[in-house]
Amino acid sequence: MNSLFHKNQMLQLISVHFKEIIREPGILFWGIAFPILISLGLGMAFTKKADTTRKLAIVETQSTTNFPGDTNTRFSILFKKNNLKIETDRDGYTNYEIVLHDELLGNSNFHFVKTTWSKAMVLLKRGKINMILMEKDRKIEYHFDPLNPDAQLTYLKLTKIFSNKGVEIKSAGDIIKPLTVSGTRYIDFLVPGLIAMGVMMSCMWGISYGIIEKRSRKFLRRMVATPMKKSHFLISLMTVRILMNFIESALLFLFAFLVFGISIKGSIPALIMIFIAGNIGFAGIAIFISSRTAKTEIGNGYINFVVMPMMILSGIFFSYHNFPDWSISFIEKLPLTMLADGIRSISIEGAGFSEVSFISFILVAVGVVFFTVGLKIFKWH
Amino acid sequence: MTRETVIEVKGVYKSFKTVQAVRGVDLNIPKGQFVSILGPNGAGKTTLVEMIEGIQKPDAGEIFILGKKWKGHEIELRKVIGLSLQETYFIDKITVAETLKLFASFYSLGNKRVAEIIGMMGLEEKRKSYVVNLSGGQKQRLALGIALINSPQVLLLDEPTSGLDPNARHEIWNILFDLKKKEQTTIILTTHYLEEAEQLCDYIIIMNEGTILREGTLDLLLDNESGKKVIEFSLNIKDQFTEIPFLDAPFKIETDIQADRGRVILEQIETDLPILLNYLKSKNLRINDLVFRKQTLDDLFISLTGRRINE
Repeated sequence: MNSLFHKNQMLQLISVHFKEIIREPGILFWGIAFPILISLGLGMAFTKKADTTRKLAIVETQSTTNFPGDTNTRFSILFKKNNLKIETDRDGYTNYEIVLHDELLGNSNFHFVKTTWSKAMVLLKRGKINMILMEKDRKIEYHFDPLNPDAQLTYLKLTKIFSNKGVEIKSAGDIIKPLTVSGTRYIDFLVPGLIAMGVMMSCMWGISYGIIEKRSRKFLRRMVATPMKKSHFLISLMTVRILMNFIESALLFLFAFLVFGISIKGSIPALIMIFIAGNIGFAGIAIFISSRTAKTEIGNGYINFVVMPMMILSGIFFSYHNFPDWSISFIEKLPLTMLADGIRSISIEGAGFSEVSFISFILVAVGVVFFTVGLKIFKWH
Repeated sequence: MTRETVIEVKGVYKSFKTVQAVRGVDLNIPKGQFVSILGPNGAGKTTLVEMIEGIQKPDAGEIFILGKKWKGHEIELRKVIGLSLQETYFIDKITVAETLKLFASFYSLGNKRVAEIIGMMGLEEKRKSYVVNLSGGQKQRLALGIALINSPQVLLLDEPTSGLDPNARHEIWNILFDLKKKEQTTIILTTHYLEEAEQLCDYIIIMNEGTILREGTLDLLLDNESGKKVIEFSLNIKDQFTEIPFLDAPFKIETDIQADRGRVILEQIETDLPILLNYLKSKNLRINDLVFRKQTLDDLFISLTGRRINE
């Protein structure tokens, strides 16, 4: 009888929290449509290689003054040989463009702006160009930041062009094989990261902010003045959030499958396990950080304090291996990194239970510890 | 025969940082009594009621509900208490029926009780409306319905009609009148509306600055059995009250500068009124108008504190 009563209480709490979410169109948009739009935008941007435009400045010197009238400068020869376009920009400078077609590496547009040294420096400082070219006695001077990888690539490509070797930067006989098979593309890396990030954001904002708001509006005070079991209230919030996250993630995966053809290479039950573990981990953290304050402004700060470092460090959009080596072992221990890496290992590398069981255990343990401490110090009014 | 004591408060104190909200309050409320705690904002009413509700813990003193302390009997007491807080927002996009059903589930109650409460609160037409779409009065009726859902033995209502228009307030009063007639519920209601305390309650406690100033039935408080009357008068020259302190008056004359009126309580109007008139005449003050009426709770509060309840 007692368990039946508690079951009904729990069902009512879950039902109310679920209705609270699904009746708010804004929540549905930000929870479901927004991650799909991000994956669409970034997926399109990184799976279809866009033409690259490289802007450079040509500074007039004695030998280039008559350019392009002077047909003997190396610049003139180049423009004559290639597909030359001439236009005058708003500042009255003459622009030249060469389009180098390359199906494998993507087309490169070299956009030359003929200007003075001082103007060229302004353009460089503003980031509009990353290289300045000058020609003295038939020799080309390249001015660029040697630490800028983009400028380095521009230099490599230009030296090939000016040495009359054409645009090919690969050696004769080398073959470029584009990696576009499922599992090796950026979208395959991105979607698991988006799912992990979605779980974190949904728990932190959905649970934490929801609790803080209910506390500030004295709803928690009213609830605790009934014989309601306190843990039921918090567990129902977590349950509804996990359910919503499951729906949101499933829809995102379905979208990515239909549009980009991504697939799950590993064990689906293992994926569900780590997904639930991640949810428990973040839901526990969310209960903990919202356990005391009644001010939404302070709550914002707490949530950002947890969310922002992980957003930046955990390699959601780009690999965290670009960070310094000493930081990697710390980054790998962040809950978001564990969740994202775990989901990626299953969906991309084909991992199963054994590979993700330890991180799943850690995530559940994080959730249980934070939930228990949070419940202990929880302020209901 | 003395009735069973339902709420007993013994020497209770409560402070918040720099404010001493309740300073040594004692109360004994018998079963079935409808008690009003009346006082201005900041009098300590809400803090006292929240300590009785078990939401706040007293710094000192003891509180017994049905002979039990909160500590160790929380779940047991929560089952027999109903309450409505001064301010509560329920979830915006949950309907009236769903909100009641949620609270009913905490008491192991089902749809039957929800339907009864909806009928009792006159919310039949709003049962499927979201809370956010209810008027202020309807929200208060919902809060009252939630307080009554478990048919409580003790009902604690903190300013249930505060901020409502007169119609909405009377709707709440009608529900409370019915409850008073039909049930044996012990009710404590805090208010700063004098009329509410006078009309609804059997017993009135007047609080100010954390202490109880007076308590008793309305007749006892206003000494209605005696011939005590309130005289209000104005003078024929405007703003004369600002110049005269009435320090040597035979009775305590209180002045309301804003209303430009004087006010005095006379024990025996037949003998005291001529004395008052002679005193005013001796000061060369000429009366413009004079009325006498029965004493109200506001008069009592002014005579106790020097200010009005609703200031």
